Amino acid sequence: MKVNVLFFARSREIAGVSETVLELKAGATSQDLLESLLREYPLLKEITGSCVLALNQEYLAQDEAKALRDGDEVAVIPPISGG
Amino acid sequence: MLSEVVRLRAEIERYSRQIVLPAFGVEAQAKLCGAAVLVVGAGGLGSPAALYLAAAGVGRLGIVDCDAVERSNLHRQVIHSEAAVGGHKALSAAAACRAVNSSIQVEAHCCRLAPGNALELVRGYDAVVDASDNAFTRYLLSDACAVARRPLMSGAALGTDGHLTVYCLGDDGPCHRCLFPEAPRPEACGRCSDAGVLGPVPGIIGTLQAMEAVKVVTGVGRPLSRRLLMLDALQGRMHTVKLRAKMVGCVACSAAATITSASLASYDYAAFTGAQPNDAAPPQLHLLRDAERLSPAALRERLEDGEEAVVVDVRPRNQFDIAHIPGSLSCPYDVGRPDQRGNDSQRVVALLRENGIGCAMDMVGGLQAWAALADPSFPAY
Ligand SMILES: [Zn+2]
Repeated sequence: MKVNVLFFARSREIAGVSETVLELKAGATSQDLLESLLREYPLLKEITGSCVLALNQEYLAQDEAKALRDGDEVAVIPPISGG
Repeated sequence: MLSEVVRLRAEIERYSRQIVLPAFGVEAQAKLCGAAVLVVGAGGLGSPAALYLAAAGVGRLGIVDCDAVERSNLHRQVIHSEAAVGGHKALSAAAACRAVNSSIQVEAHCCRLAPGNALELVRGYDAVVDASDNAFTRYLLSDACAVARRPLMSGAALGTDGHLTVYCLGDDGPCHRCLFPEAPRPEACGRCSDAGVLGPVPGIIGTLQAMEAVKVVTGVGRPLSRRLLMLDALQGRMHTVKLRAKMVGCVACSAAATITSASLASYDYAAFTGAQPNDAAPPQLHLLRDAERLSPAALRERLEDGEEAVVVDVRPRNQFDIAHIPGSLSCPYDVGRPDQRGNDSQRVVALLRENGIGCAMDMVGGLQAWAALADPSFPAY
């Protein structure tokens, strides 16, 4: 199945793109997606402890293994602090 | 008595366009006129936030900032005029607000928000606007609002991105720590001075912060609590993401909180965030031995002596285009945050030396040091 990943702020700089499509095995969870993201973009490790993840515009707890479905959209949202 | 009638008449005239709004009306205007709001930061976010709150008629408006107005602020910090450059931001912002609306009380606090004064400042107002520019102040202010139970309109802007949410509202509204229990690493926090910021971006977010503050203190509308609005100004898009409720066991806002009115003043925010309460540069790296580096003056001397040397500029191309050392080559080293303080160049020199180019040298302090020590005509940016 395919999951669309949106990168914001610092995660977009690290990934070098504002979105990407990840191919995951059927039955994959949000944990599998995180692992696959870190394999693809190892530097994302720098921000995973301090960012919000959202699945289909809803908060996704990082310690939760939520079942994903084809066409789901996951957003990686690091904090920004400028003003 | 007559003066009171005159005053009321003037107020009705001033706020008539808000009062005639069915969704707002006399009652909401009266609540707004009786409310006190604290704006922390008189920069890109605080400029429109404070101006709109003053104009809309917040009864008492506090503005906290310890910095002075700089020329490089003016493109986005629209509350300050050229004449204010060099003066206190809080005073300049307060004067601008009074010029827009002399019927409200404006209080300038020319101090830094610190663990020792945050609670007292926050408790003096009904609602707070986070218009600061650094992680230290953001965690401190969120904690103070969680402890004092004051709603916090949190906005942030960097580059062409903006964030907006309302923290610490009601019983289930999360605080900043509920969402970001771990502070971002300092080098992952972009600063407007390095990464840049497009003027209207904080303008949009700061204006939305004023809107949220008006909604919260009047009870009109649905505040952006448990929701995060993200602005992508380049694409012209706004996303809204639903957020979690309070985190069970949050150290600042839950029943089990360890950050309390007694302990907040002694909490070590510098240790927690690895940052200082301003948008100062992250510490300089020391990757290389002294023998692998040379000072700007030494480099200038060697170039003037006609020594055969290749000067490689590792900053992003757009920064090279702003200004560069004559004859230098642009070879952007594009990972992490660009900076002008010579941290990237140390990484590059370390890499070159590891790969057999033993003559590679780093200029200490980057181009900021070059501008300060070797070439006064080099533009500071
Ligand atoms: Zn919390």
